Formats: sequence, structure tokens, C-alpha cells
Amino acid sequence: MRKNNLVKHKSHKKQRLLSSVAVHTVLIIGAIAFLFPLVWMLSTSLKPLPETTKIPPTIIPSKFMWSNYAHATTAIPFWKYAKNTLIVCVLSVIGTLISSTLVAYGFSRIQWKGRNAVFYCVLATMMIPFPVIMAPLFVVFGKLGWIGTLKPLWIPSFGAAAFNIFLLRQFFRTIPTELTEAARIDGCSELGILLRIVLPLSKPVLLVVALFQFIASWNDFLGPLVYLTRENTYTLALGLQFFQSQHGGTFWNYLMAASSLIVLPIIVIYFFAQKAFIEGISLTGLKG
Amino acid sequence: MKKSTGNLLKGLIFISPWIIGFLIFQVYPIYKSVYYSFCEYDVLNPPIFIGMDNYKNLFHDDIFLKSIVSTAIYTVMAIPLSMIVSLFFAILLNQKIFGRGVFRTIYFLPSLVPMVALAILWKWMFNGENGILNYILGLFGISGPNWLGSTMWATPSIVLTGIWGVGGSIVIYLAALQDVPRSLYEAAEIDGAGWFLRVRHITIPMISPVIYFNLILGIIGCLQVFAVPYIMTAGGPARSTYYYTMYLFDNAFSFLKMGYAGAMAVLLFIIIVAITIITTKLTASRIYYAEK
Repeated sequence: MRKNNLVKHKSHKKQRLLSSVAVHTVLIIGAIAFLFPLVWMLSTSLKPLPETTKIPPTIIPSKFMWSNYAHATTAIPFWKYAKNTLIVCVLSVIGTLISSTLVAYGFSRIQWKGRNAVFYCVLATMMIPFPVIMAPLFVVFGKLGWIGTLKPLWIPSFGAAAFNIFLLRQFFRTIPTELTEAARIDGCSELGILLRIVLPLSKPVLLVVALFQFIASWNDFLGPLVYLTRENTYTLALGLQFFQSQHGGTFWNYLMAASSLIVLPIIVIYFFAQKAFIEGISLTGLKG
Repeated sequence: MKKSTGNLLKGLIFISPWIIGFLIFQVYPIYKSVYYSFCEYDVLNPPIFIGMDNYKNLFHDDIFLKSIVSTAIYTVMAIPLSMIVSLFFAILLNQKIFGRGVFRTIYFLPSLVPMVALAILWKWMFNGENGILNYILGLFGISGPNWLGSTMWATPSIVLTGIWGVGGSIVIYLAALQDVPRSLYEAAEIDGAGWFLRVRHITIPMISPVIYFNLILGIIGCLQVFAVPYIMTAGGPARSTYYYTMYLFDNAFSFLKMGYAGAMAVLLFIIIVAITIITTKLTASRIYYAEK
């Protein structure tokens, strides 16, 4: 009887080991597939032009052409586009933080009639796809004289997006009411409570909102394509596509260098704020 | 009584940024989309009312009909594939394995790559002549197609490009998987249920709300697909990747047919709402909500 159990235990252990090996094998193959395109991008970005089409291909360039990067930043006015992109990113982050904290406070810390009904309205706006409104928005921005400037890309962020309101409201609700009630009794105004009590306690979620907005603005393609009609206001995403459509299919090394330069800041931000990222994305599933 | 009106006023003041943004950047444009859809409007001259003509013309427009079919094909390919891939890796990455953090980072990284860089990178890899993908296939004795230049392979190529960026949904699934009680798996294991049975009867039902959420967002995303095909194929070859939003974009900004684009926008909105409602109805009985 005991022997029987022992054999069973052993085979169970063996099975565990086998399944662990299988899981690792699958994950390693998957990881290679997921990582390879990034490696290939970096590899191509550092090759001399003839080597990009060499057969058999090389992963490690025969010669590291760091000058490709210098060339990529002069082939398109890279720094000008980078500056435009940063202006949009920073102003959008500021707009988003100001507007969505105010709105989320109104939806979580003040009791008013019809609050929940209006909040459902906010959530419903997440269903409105950008392509549905982009054309009439163009007309609106045109009347405001914003077409050809960066304004259409950042001013709307001062009108709080639903997702950020949702995220902040979830967080604000976890702050004990005793804290805000005490301040209220002490005669603190609502804005004072928000600034002095709620916001200092909400730093992690504010970081998430700021990061997501920054990345959304950095990555945005359709918005700049529609509203930036003048070349000197182009963002990096738009400038890179423009260069690609003009010279695509030839200078793959420069294209890959420029692409790497666009990817790099995002990856650096990710490694500095990994925890905030993962928590933020996990929260997006909460709505489900 | 007085306090409640005071609160109402305070609440409305705090949410006023949203109200103003909502009215100017959402309600008004939607109203305008509907209005333009009944007009002929080229931006330069005032709109002329033409009734239902734009809608009637849409259904006789072969390019429009073809764009609906291509978008549907793309969605039908992309949704199941991306859901299976992300769920599959999420389940594997949820197990206690060596190097889990590194694996998670690797699977997540591609989803951070901006759309433009992603599209250009994959355009290079799919290149029919010098692309690395066909070289790798060649090593296995397979002669790869001219991916983006073939009406048959262009859409699958774009789908594959999208699969590379599923890291976001993997993270969402991982968060959901952590909430599945371990005791359920242990009980199933004692009863002799294998890996597949446990996934099928415990994991999937337990995280069904998140699967539903990813499904809806996935469909809405697919119906709006734009940047990747615009950059990789510009809609070609033979308009096989000329999806709905691309035709909408061209009508509005290349042909300056704002009225026609308005009709397309209204229809897109109706399609999205309809599909959301249908999906919700179809999946309602299969979604398990734990009592909180």
C-alpha cells in the first residue's frame, strides 16, 4: 500500500517536471517570436545599406554604423518633429491631469442628484470611435482657426476623457470619507480638499493617467494625419510615415534607425515605471 | 433642501470640463456628422440638403461594399486569433515558472511600439524580396509569398502584425487570472481533470467578464483599423486592405465629400452599437459574474 503511494508520488513528480519543461519550451519559442522583430529592427538600423539585403542575412552587423542614426535625424527634421511631439505630449498630460482630477472628484466626493446617471453617460462616450467624429471635428477646428497648428491635438485633453475619469474615480472612492469630511468640517473648500488631501494620496494613479496620456499622444497617428496640414508642425509619427512613403523600400537602415529612436523613449519610460504600467493596464480590465 | 442644490451646483462645476469637452468635441461633431450625411458638402461651399442620396449612393458604391467585406474578413481573422494567442500565453505566464518576470516583459514590450514604427518594421520583415520572414521560411524549404503585394496574403499579414501587439490584453488577462481561486484548480486536479479540462471548465468561465470586455474592445478596434494598413499597403493590392475607415478618411479629406463621409460615419456608429448589443446578448448567458 505504502509502496503504491510512493510510486504514484514519483510519477506525479515526473509529470510535473515534464509539464514544466513543455511550458518553458512553448514560452521560449513564443518569446523568440515576440522579441525577434525588435532585434531585427535594431540590427537593420546599424547595418551599412548593402548589408541590409545581403543573403544570408546577418543578425550582428559586420560594422556598426552608428552614423545611420545621425543620418536618420537629418534626413527628416527629426528634432523639430520631436519638439512638436513633446509639446503635444506635455500639454496633453497637463490638460488631462487638470480636467480628469476635477471631474473624477465631482463624480466621487460630492453627492449630487443624478450623479450616477451622468456617470453612465461618461462611460457610454467610450463607445464613440474617433473616425466617426474626425471629419466634422476638422470643420470645427477649421472654424476655430486651429487647422495647421498643434492645438487640435492637445486642447481637447482639457475636456477630460472618459477612461481617465473612470480610473481616477475608482481610486478616489477608496480614500476614506473621514479624511475629507474632517477637512470639510474645518471649513476647507472642495477645491482645497482635492488639492490638499485627495491628490497627495493619489500619486500612483495620477502617474498611470499621465503615462498613458503621454504615450497615447506620442503614438497617435490618425489625429496628426488629419489635423496637421503644415509640414513644420508634423509630429514624429507623421514625419516618419511621410519619409517612409517618399523613400520607402530603399533606405531600410535609416528607416529602422528612425523607428528605433521613436520606440526608445517609450521603452525607457516603461522600464522606469514598470509597476505603474502593469497596474494601469490591469485596471482597464476592471470595467469588464 | 438648500444643501442639495448647493451640492448639485458644486458637482456640476467640478464636472464642467467634461461637459464642455463632451458638447464641443463629441455631441456637436456627431450632430454635424448626421447633418452632413443628408447634404452635399465640400467644406469650401455651404452644405446643400440632398436628403437620403448619400445613403442610397453608398449601397451602389462598389468600393464601399468592398471595404465592408474586407473589414469583415479582417475582423473575423484578427479577433479569434488574437484572443487565443493572448489567452494562451496569459495562462502559461500565470503559472509559477522560472523567469516569469522576464517572459512577461518580453511578451509585453511589442505592445509599446508606436503604430507607425510597428507598421514600418513589419513592412520591412514582410518584404517579398529581401524580407527576413521569407528567408526564414526558405530555411524550412517554404517559398514565401509576396506578402503585402498579394491579394490573398495582405490581410493575413496585417492580422499577424496586430498579433505582435497583444501584450496589453495578456496583462489584462493575467490580472483576471490572479483572482481565480486556487482551490478550484486543486479540487479539479483531485478529481483527475487534465490541463485542458481545467482551462475549459474553470479558467475560461471564471474570467469570462474580462474575455467579453476584450472581445468588445477588440471588435470596435478592428472596425476602425487604419494606421497599420494605411502605412503598410495604402489599401492595396487591388483594394484588398482598403478598410472602412480608410475609405471614410479618403472621402472626407482626399475627395472632400464630407456629406458622403458623414453617411459612412453614421453607419459605422450604428454598426458598432449593433455589434456591441448583439455580442452582449449572445454572450450574456455565458458570462459568469462573481457576487461581490
